[in-house]
Amino acid sequence: MDTFLIGLMAATLRVATPLIFGTLGELFCERAGILNLGIEGTLLFGSFVGFAAAGASGSLWIGVLAALVAGSLCGLLMGLFTVKLGVNQHVSGLGITLLLTGLSYFAFRLIYGQQAIPPSIKPFDTFPLFGHLPVLGAIFDQYTLTYLSFLLVPIVWWVVYRSNFGLHMRAVGENPEAADAAGVNVYNTRYIALAIGGGLMAVGGAFLSLAQLGAFTFGIINGRGWVCIALIIFGNWEAARVLWGALLFGLVFALQLRLQSTGLQLPYEVFLALPYLVTIAVLALAGRNTSVPSAILKPYKRE
Amino acid sequence: MRFTIERGNAPAWIRPLIPLVAILVTFIITSVVILWAKANPFSAYYYFLIAPLSNQVSALEVLVKGTPLLLTGAAVTFAFSAGYFNIGAEGQLLAGAIAAAGLGMLLGPLPAFVNIPIMLIGGFAAGMLWALIPALLKVRLMVDEVVTTLLMNTVITFFISWLLNGYWRDPVSMQPQSATIAPSTVFPKLVLHSRLHMGFLVALLVILVIYFVLRRTPLGLRMRAVGLSKNAAHFNSVKVGRTMLTAALISGGIAGLAGVGEVAGIHFHLIAQISPGYGYTGIIAATLGGLNPLGVGLGALFIGLIDTGAQTVSSAMGIPIYLGNVVEATLLLVTLGMFTLQNYRITITTPTPQKEGRI
Repeated sequence: MDTFLIGLMAATLRVATPLIFGTLGELFCERAGILNLGIEGTLLFGSFVGFAAAGASGSLWIGVLAALVAGSLCGLLMGLFTVKLGVNQHVSGLGITLLLTGLSYFAFRLIYGQQAIPPSIKPFDTFPLFGHLPVLGAIFDQYTLTYLSFLLVPIVWWVVYRSNFGLHMRAVGENPEAADAAGVNVYNTRYIALAIGGGLMAVGGAFLSLAQLGAFTFGIINGRGWVCIALIIFGNWEAARVLWGALLFGLVFALQLRLQSTGLQLPYEVFLALPYLVTIAVLALAGRNTSVPSAILKPYKRE
Repeated sequence: MRFTIERGNAPAWIRPLIPLVAILVTFIITSVVILWAKANPFSAYYYFLIAPLSNQVSALEVLVKGTPLLLTGAAVTFAFSAGYFNIGAEGQLLAGAIAAAGLGMLLGPLPAFVNIPIMLIGGFAAGMLWALIPALLKVRLMVDEVVTTLLMNTVITFFISWLLNGYWRDPVSMQPQSATIAPSTVFPKLVLHSRLHMGFLVALLVILVIYFVLRRTPLGLRMRAVGLSKNAAHFNSVKVGRTMLTAALISGGIAGLAGVGEVAGIHFHLIAQISPGYGYTGIIAATLGGLNPLGVGLGALFIGLIDTGAQTVSSAMGIPIYLGNVVEATLLLVTLGMFTLQNYRITITTPTPQKEGRI
């Protein structure tokens, strides 16, 4: 296999990593009946908190942990509005994205000031899973967080379909009245799902600042959260299909980066826009999806 | 006397009070962030709210900042009233800005009274066009409009980047920007030596028109019926799909006008950073105004004040300018939460005295 293909496949896995974390996080929220549009802000907040905590503590893993905790709190904040108060999920989610974006920018400027050279840290090293094997060794020379994101897919599948909590979560997302009648605490289940979801999203954001870039920039997320929202519909709310969707998106994105450098006579913006247009086309083809959790967007009020 | 809180409709006079109380609560919450920046919240809020209004230059600047927000707020209100969650006002604004920059370069020789209406119509049409695909997908194929309008917002930023790095790029300028529009396409100033332009009057007119349309016309009645319940509207022989499509397209057009104003009244060419998120902030204005167009107008002007105030606070006290974004987002969330209060009422009951009752 030539170096172009090997590089392409390695980049696909790297680009897909934050999308896998983000979409699996969103999967928890939506399976419990909450559309979390706070995802774009949570990704950004995760990448900022991860960067700041890693910088302050000197440990990249403490950065990841801090992002996880901060993201869970963002999920609980989303819960305050959508679970406790039962307000419009679209507007409250966007509000949380706006708030977390504002807070990240504000705190970044407050801590680091306006420097000519943006502050950076030494990012995670890659870890060759297959040592020096000819092809596999080069493709699977990835960050630990990338391996973790792939490991997370079967774990999430198990939690959703095989664990007690997953059963409650699906019941609450499909028919909260029936779940309540069966003795499931609808509010607590939704809060826990939002906290897990927010934590995963924030780790996805931290991957960008702590592994891929080693820095925090204002445009670091650049609509990836919205892509996750689309990927979950594409992935039919199933962990395995979400993985394929994220890999497909990663491939298109990685291809675009490589075609740019080959000096092709097409403007690179076409390739940048391509994944978004493909997503819209996929949504149009998927049409009205019957797998969408029935109780999504509907607040639950216990009578 | 006992106070009890029960479910039910709060008295009608509560509704207009909610945004005012929300503003107060927002300032209490965000003072935590100001204290973190080692600043005094009281002086910060003086620079935020009082200082911008205390001299003519910055007071007019509030109206300048409010102009695009009046329009995006109106756009969001119009679509939300019909139950169509148009989160794409940002992209539709940018489409209007592209049209205005293109027409402004094209329409040189004609007089201003011909050119300016063409600019407005062109921007409106461009906004409608950018709203068309998500609207059709929603009406025909039931694809969630929130996701598609969000994705379209990102797509158009790539389109602008392509225009500005490609053949629209002004060769004279160092920055990627289009050539300056013809003088006959520039919006006239309302006040000399200020940035306040004709777009402000256009925005006020749009607010009044959508107030009239929503309250006094058959289309408005159908839109509000669809917004309240699609099924009920359908059973009363309202064409739900067509009503939503109309609402979505007009909403897109109004957002497009905001883009025209920014190009023809403020920047005079297309730049990538023409909107610092006016489309999203319009959602805050719409929520603050409780989807009542007149309230939305007040909400937009108040956010214009916060935007201007954020600059004053930043330059006077050295607090990062993003404090404005934090305040606006907090205000949105607090307002949203407080509107749930109107579903509760406080009843005062005087227990009937019992003969052997203990106190």
